[in-house]
Amino acid sequence: MPKVIIKIKNIKKKYRLGTIGGGTLKGDIQSWISVKLGKEDPNAMIDDTDGKKKKEFWALKGINIEISEGERVGIIGTNGAGKSTLLKLLSRVTAPTEGEIYIKGRITSMLEIGTGFHGELTGRENIYLNGSILGMKKEEIDQKIEDIIKFSECEQFIDTPVKRYSSGMYVKLAFAVAAHLNSEIMIMDEVLAVGDMAFQQKCLDKMSEVSKNEGKTILYVSHNMGTIRRLCDRCLVLEKGNIVFDGDVEKAIQRYLKIESVMKVENVIDDSMRDRVLDNDMTLRVRLIGIDLIGQDNNYIEAGDKFKFRATFKCEEDIEKVFFRCIISKLDGIAAGTAMSQAVENCKKNDVKEIVFEFDSSQIAPGQYSMKVILFKPNYNGAHEKYDAVANALAFEVIATKGQFFNYAWPSSGWGSTSYPMLRVVE
Amino acid sequence: MQNEKVQSEWDIIVKSKTGLFDLKLKEIYQYKDLIWLFVKRNYSTRYKQMILGPAWIIITPLFTILTYSIVFGGIAGLSTDGIPKPLFYLAGTIIWGFFSSGVISNSNTFTNNAGLFGKIYFPRMVVPLSTMITLFFDFCVQFFLMLLLLAFYAYRGINIVWNWTVIFLPLYLLQIGLLAMGVGIIVSSLTTKYRDLGVLINFGLQIWMYASPVIYSITLIPQRYRQWFMFNPVTPVILAFKYSFLGIGEISYGFWGISWIITLLTLFGAIILFNQVEKNFMDTV
Repeated sequence: MPKVIIKIKNIKKKYRLGTIGGGTLKGDIQSWISVKLGKEDPNAMIDDTDGKKKKEFWALKGINIEISEGERVGIIGTNGAGKSTLLKLLSRVTAPTEGEIYIKGRITSMLEIGTGFHGELTGRENIYLNGSILGMKKEEIDQKIEDIIKFSECEQFIDTPVKRYSSGMYVKLAFAVAAHLNSEIMIMDEVLAVGDMAFQQKCLDKMSEVSKNEGKTILYVSHNMGTIRRLCDRCLVLEKGNIVFDGDVEKAIQRYLKIESVMKVENVIDDSMRDRVLDNDMTLRVRLIGIDLIGQDNNYIEAGDKFKFRATFKCEEDIEKVFFRCIISKLDGIAAGTAMSQAVENCKKNDVKEIVFEFDSSQIAPGQYSMKVILFKPNYNGAHEKYDAVANALAFEVIATKGQFFNYAWPSSGWGSTSYPMLRVVE
Repeated sequence: MQNEKVQSEWDIIVKSKTGLFDLKLKEIYQYKDLIWLFVKRNYSTRYKQMILGPAWIIITPLFTILTYSIVFGGIAGLSTDGIPKPLFYLAGTIIWGFFSSGVISNSNTFTNNAGLFGKIYFPRMVVPLSTMITLFFDFCVQFFLMLLLLAFYAYRGINIVWNWTVIFLPLYLLQIGLLAMGVGIIVSSLTTKYRDLGVLINFGLQIWMYASPVIYSITLIPQRYRQWFMFNPVTPVILAFKYSFLGIGEISYGFWGISWIITLLTLFGAIILFNQVEKNFMDTV
């Protein structure tokens, strides 16, 4: 039974919304006098619900967690779920409104990398300054300085003021300091989001290594599921200030993606989705009724997987052949690619047909997409009859959580939207 | 018994409320390296990209005493109790300078370090302490300048009588340092909410200076007002400093004692306020 080293008991944190305290001494004195005289506070905030004076926001609504030695805990949640507040309380930057946190051992927080760096000081001086701010003693830094410099890959510039550093070097140096701390508990808030890919990799490896070899406990907040998966062995999902899941990383990620999902799995087509101007040549002899993703309860598609969707359509007349054309577009409307279907034959008048298609997503790069579905019939002379065209018939997101892309977020603006097959080594 | 066991089991306990007067001296001691690094940082960043660099520590008071000698000594003709004007003004200026720069530097503690305080925990008291140490070194340099000036006048044959009370110098400095820190911390704690004070403090210090015998001799104050004047906690220290090193006036131990009491009360108040503010100031700053 491993030792519990962090015990969080019923932690709550309240923030006041709006401008705090009127901001000036005059405002506060004015409010105070008015309240004393039994009048209405002139600086009270307007609240249309029940006339209460202060609008409050509970960032955390009673969190209870126990974390044992050596655990690597990932914390995920949508923006505003309370992740950063929790880390701030743990790192004692701000105090809780209610509840207690018990911590055993030294705790180091990297809420933002390179805090306390001073631009005018050299890299070496900043290692000492930053290390001391993070709680290291001078002798400890003396011992480790060579390792830190080596890890940071900044040997050449170590005696140059850091204001002349590139942002990448800055981050590397800062991370190097943090990674060499002697504390038992490390708290990180998306610190790996910066730095180049190789360095991200190196940092993750270093974190895993110190956690496994030295039994350090790590709390890590990220939106990057890939790094969570690699680093953590336990995962918390926060939603609106509550813990909604605690346990296995895979299940936590599934849970989180469900919260995130605003895209529908089942889509009923209505007439407003047809663009009469752009697609004014629709004959509507066949009408699309619905597009549903099947076999999954969210719209996240793992990169490289095949997914199935069901198209439901109705024929207004006897139709011999119907073909489908699916145009996959980025959310900014730029087409990423198009897939054609095989023919669906023999549709009688007033038939409602359900066809299940399989889509191989292996060439779609990670990102969010929407699909425009066009039902048509090619003619032999090269023209075709367009039965129906529905924009945004289906929206989905391709995600790479299994590390095909080295845990690197696919930068669609630079890399495009197509992921060609892996280059094979042939010789 | 049970309670004792719980306390020893955990190293850090984060609670919504802490003790009113929790100095965390042990923790500050653990961060002593950081205090020195902040002092070093203060120095190495203060004079970056300046041609004269640290020479400014001496140039500033020299300019000040030149101005005072012309305006107050020359034009206004205020008495300096028979002491050469530059020496008289320098003695007042360096001790007042230590106080006023202490107040001003500390009054920005929270607002200037919001970025740092908002991201990392360390005992916040480290910042005002390192500020005062930095200023203490400035004072030492300026004090050396005063000794040089004393030696110069002694060489010129002007008789200035020191006395044994020079051994009180550490006490003078400690008191001025604590008082400056206290006032500065109170201002900085309040400026997290009320930014007005940040502006007021410069003006307030100017008035305070004229209410203290920095540029004039206490003998100019009519006898019947003088005791009220002495309740200004800075006044007895400046007078005692001038008595010890320039041999003018006297040390009134009674008022000096009162001034110590005011100093300590201010400091206690400051620490209580500081402890209240430091926990949550990130939410209001």
